[in-house]
Amino acid sequence: MTARVGDKLPPVEVPLTRTLIVATALASRDYQDVHHDPDAARERGGKDVFMNIMTTNGLVGRFVTDWAGPEATLKRVKIRLGVPNYPGDTMTLTGTVSAIEGGVATVDVRGANSMGDHVTGTVEVEVVPAREAEAETEPTRKC
Amino acid sequence: MPLDLTSYVGASAGPPFPAPVAVNEAMIRHWCEAMGDGNLRYAGGTEAPPTMLLAWTMPGFGKTPAPRLGTQGELMAKLDAAGFTSVVATDTEEEYVRYLRPGDHVTATTIIENVSDEKKTGLGVGHFVTTATTFTAAEGEVVGRATFRILKFEPPPKTDPAPPRPRPPVNRDNQFFWDGTLENELRIQRCTSCQALRHPPGPMCPRCRSLSWDYIVASGRGTVYSHVRHHYPPMPQFGSPHNVVLVDLEEGVRFVSNLLDESAEIVIGMPVQLVFTKVADDYVLPQFQARRPGEAERQFGVAE
Repeated sequence: MTARVGDKLPPVEVPLTRTLIVATALASRDYQDVHHDPDAARERGGKDVFMNIMTTNGLVGRFVTDWAGPEATLKRVKIRLGVPNYPGDTMTLTGTVSAIEGGVATVDVRGANSMGDHVTGTVEVEVVPAREAEAETEPTRKC
Repeated sequence: MPLDLTSYVGASAGPPFPAPVAVNEAMIRHWCEAMGDGNLRYAGGTEAPPTMLLAWTMPGFGKTPAPRLGTQGELMAKLDAAGFTSVVATDTEEEYVRYLRPGDHVTATTIIENVSDEKKTGLGVGHFVTTATTFTAAEGEVVGRATFRILKFEPPPKTDPAPPRPRPPVNRDNQFFWDGTLENELRIQRCTSCQALRHPPGPMCPRCRSLSWDYIVASGRGTVYSHVRHHYPPMPQFGSPHNVVLVDLEEGVRFVSNLLDESAEIVIGMPVQLVFTKVADDYVLPQFQARRPGEAERQFGVAE
């Protein structure tokens, strides 16, 4: 896979079903009531149950590896949450390659729902094996 | 007084926390199914999605989460006691040194990296608590690192919709009165023996002890005899605070009700006019509003 600075990742739409929010919270072994119990979530000031941060992290990682392919290796995922992901909404993930260094691409990621940005962050992903990355620095290499 | 939490900065969050189970194919599969992640690297469970890092050392259902143990638990208890009872994760940074494989036994060792001063946020006032966790496998091999920032905050007061207005008990003695309200009539009971009017409804004339009665329909005009503004205990089902007025109806009986305009100044002797407020299809309340000269004699209001 070859990546260039400025490349845009194919956007991914994630339908935020209640089932997705609950199933992913449990798959990440997060049993906090606000991620599965609507009454408890409202009691704590939410509108409804909302997605847990580990799931957001997992979806951001998946978004990047779906683009980068199974040979790619995630090195770092850094995210900041904004508005919550509530059931019934859709989160659209978009991303742009902002840097490539030593075979590691930095992707700026944004996940927005109807209320605004749910997540913004950067993902560092090793897109080509290290040996090829060295070759990539040679000016003769064709992209 | 602001909390002094500086002594927690740099402290160990608690003893190292070993994952309850080793990295395994079942949990990898469960995660990939839920996340919709079809990456071939994880298929067959040979490698774990790196973003699962934190999941391995989650304590599980019904268990005390790691943040509730040790020094971090003490910090959380202190924040709870100060009213910062809610928690929300705000940002994370995870570094994956290598992908985990089934059989890896992961241990999380956490320090409290930072505790912010009191901050005003969109969610409420609170403190940000940042923890830094190092994940190790066998022989202390570092497999990943995570910085996790949460906001411990005081949830804003709830704005639940007001509970519905309670219904009056309707019985054989006052059925005619409540039936009247549905017809937008304020009915005043009248003794058919001595012609005395009475309210509230009852089976016997307090004047002549006759049990026979009928009713007349009030004009709807009256004046405020007395009033009070109810503050405590809060009664959200009536609106809180709310006014209570005692109205002298021009027919000569007194009637307990409310003045609809909460902002109006209520003065003893002020003229008031009956208004019917529809609470539900089968529940209409006789209430009052200030009567101004020249205004129509009877009006029908509808509650929103």
